[in-house]
Amino acid sequence: MARAASSKGAAPRGAAKKQTPGAAPPAPNRERPPEPKRYKATRDELLDYYKQMLLIRRFEERAGQLYGLGLIGGFCHLYIGQEAVAVGLQSALEVGKDSVITGYRDHGHMLAYGIDPKVIMAELTGREAGISRGKGGSMHMFSVEHRFYGGHGIVGAQVALGTGLAFKHKYAGDGGVAMAYFGDGAANQGQVYESFNMAELWKLPIIYVIENNQYAMGTSVNRSSAEDQLYRRGESFRIPGIQVDGMDVLAVRGAANVAVDWVRSGKGPILLELKTYRYRGHSMSDPAKYRSREEVQAVRDKSDPIEHARKELEAMGATEDELKAIDQQTKQVVVEAADFAEQAPEPDASELYTDVLVGSY
Amino acid sequence: MPVELKMPALSPTMEEGTLAKWLVKEGDTVKSGDILAEIETDKATMEFEAVDEGTIAKILVPEGTDEVKVGAVIALIAAEGEDASAAAAASPPAPAPAPAAEAPKVPAPESGEPKQMETGARDLVASVARTEVADPEVPAGTEMVKQTVREALRDAMAEEMRTDERVFVMGEEVAEYQGAYKVTQGLLEEFGDRRVIDTPITEYGFAGLGAGAAMGGLKPVIEFMTFNFAMQAIDHVINSAAKTNYMSGGQMRCPIVFRGPNGAAARVGAQHSQNYGPWYAAVPGLIVIAPYSAADAKGLLKAAIRCEDPVVFLENELLYGHSFEVPKLDDYVLPIGKARVVREGRDVTLVSYSIGVGVALDAAERLAGEGIDAEVIDLRTLRPLDKDTVLKSLKKTNRMVCVEEGWPVCSISSELAAVAMEEGFDDLDAPVLRVTDEDVPLPYAANLEKLALVKAEDVVEAAKKVCYR
Repeated sequence: MARAASSKGAAPRGAAKKQTPGAAPPAPNRERPPEPKRYKATRDELLDYYKQMLLIRRFEERAGQLYGLGLIGGFCHLYIGQEAVAVGLQSALEVGKDSVITGYRDHGHMLAYGIDPKVIMAELTGREAGISRGKGGSMHMFSVEHRFYGGHGIVGAQVALGTGLAFKHKYAGDGGVAMAYFGDGAANQGQVYESFNMAELWKLPIIYVIENNQYAMGTSVNRSSAEDQLYRRGESFRIPGIQVDGMDVLAVRGAANVAVDWVRSGKGPILLELKTYRYRGHSMSDPAKYRSREEVQAVRDKSDPIEHARKELEAMGATEDELKAIDQQTKQVVVEAADFAEQAPEPDASELYTDVLVGSY
Repeated sequence: MPVELKMPALSPTMEEGTLAKWLVKEGDTVKSGDILAEIETDKATMEFEAVDEGTIAKILVPEGTDEVKVGAVIALIAAEGEDASAAAAASPPAPAPAPAAEAPKVPAPESGEPKQMETGARDLVASVARTEVADPEVPAGTEMVKQTVREALRDAMAEEMRTDERVFVMGEEVAEYQGAYKVTQGLLEEFGDRRVIDTPITEYGFAGLGAGAAMGGLKPVIEFMTFNFAMQAIDHVINSAAKTNYMSGGQMRCPIVFRGPNGAAARVGAQHSQNYGPWYAAVPGLIVIAPYSAADAKGLLKAAIRCEDPVVFLENELLYGHSFEVPKLDDYVLPIGKARVVREGRDVTLVSYSIGVGVALDAAERLAGEGIDAEVIDLRTLRPLDKDTVLKSLKKTNRMVCVEEGWPVCSISSELAAVAMEEGFDDLDAPVLRVTDEDVPLPYAANLEKLALVKAEDVVEAAKKVCYR
């Protein structure tokens, strides 16, 4: 008998777009970002990327050792093999202005944003000096100062949260953009698409980054994804997608430039799929029986991002001594971080009850 | 015989409405499906359609009439072949507004008899209506205004939005629709679509987006159309919002308010009728508020928005339209985490929150008639729980009954019983009893719904039992 009156004034948005019969369908003539070009780095720039990637590699190797020694507990997900992604992308961002958020495999993204390796390693060992004062652990690390917002343990959560960070940038008009990393596994979570929808609807400044390392734990993309070309996953939300060689830091940086330009100019979100590979298991407790040793070795031999950069540097005239010195320095930084993380005291027992709430009630 | 057109019930809890506009006039011919009038309820403006064919013989309730009771005859329709003027004359005009009970009981041949829907929710609302709460903490001489809970919540948001640019409101139908329950009415007009934002139906998504915006430094007020739908979003409420401050060693905050109606409504069945108070109150890192009165709704929502911690703010749909005295103060903010003694007594303590407070107060009135002087505590905040106020009262009365519109198992009542055992054992002269909803999904059938919901009679019985009477 009764029904809701149509809302006063505004007609539903779709109504205006109705086609008259016989009219040509609307041309999908949407602007698309240009095809990214491999970044032409100067020798110093490439040297800088190389150092960062090497730092991540050595840091993660040491973290793996400390895990084996029982100094790191719980889940620990290493970034070895994927270094070019975080370094290439984040080199295009402005620390302190642009926000970064990621999932549980977060050490590399933190190092690539210039966060001190000591406080990261000390968090891994659960010490008071850790970046989360020992209360977060490997998967839950943050640096609000750097606008690095975690470090989230629930697969896919960072996509919705990152969309909120982008919302903040737009709301505040601060010119910043958000970058939300997630894996090929998280790409199948529902909230990713809820986020895509709102981000495009509201033209939020966000770069969605799918780090496709080809295995969600032990399930390969082919076994889990009906559309395995993940860069297309934004198409039905009108979010343009670009597939990028995630093993080549300069290809990554080239794509980052396109993405940052697109997003910063107010055109809304963009999706990058970085094809990459993790050499280690999903976590420290993963023997990686779902793939062959030969497969891993082949990637290491042919596509290693650090080796690749090293060869390119040599071609640009970097001397062996120069590169050796970098190796030594990096090793030293990691040794110091590990020593610090081993020697720093655990949190005081009274810390158990702090930081549950901000206020007192 | 003319057909009587009666004021329809347009929502489960509608008792009366405003006949906003007639779209037909006397003498017009109408057929099934024609829009006859616009009727305004406290929630929305609805169109009223004809189901009979005929001629409008007489309009009995002019447009613009407020408080037209459900079931009142508002017009007469002469059937085909009938003389409209004779039909109008033949039928005595019903007084307008006519209370439903006095509406002439002429059987309408085609249209069903509109009447108040049967629901156990009405008993809850009746308990609320029978009782009053005063706030002893408001300074004497403060001017009080009658305000509905709905208006109080809206004012709280509007006031905070005026003073803090970081505050924005987001949810389904909060802007153009003016709120599914009209709680955000007028906010879009005042603050614009940058700060009052309609979302797609995507609870998980916008709860996460809100939490991210809060981490980034904004102060979102996220409205869930009801908390039943927030189960799709509970991951962000708990894993993202509640744990952030702790996991980051106090570095990253999430100052967000998740608000919306919680608990049973009227005849909406199991999936739309659930009290999440105990769920959220179990989570360290969250503040959980569940106010009863309009004054508390206002003062606590303002406090929640200012709070640096994530807050789950549980409202009650059945209370939205109920009016309470609200102090007319420029900035009425209440402390989080403080219960209130809403009725003093010495024989037994009744502890409740949200709509349960009305039930407890109603029971206290009845107990007074039987010589039992009950004290009633409104918890107002479920986490952190104000144990001091409860234990202080227990020390005085030595008896406690928990009253809760929610399930009994692992409830706030259970928690109160544990607190009494652990920290007030020596004060107890009888076991703590819980009076709650039945331990079943809420049924739809009116009789079963009534049986399932918490009742003042049961509170009276429990109070007598602990008083050994």
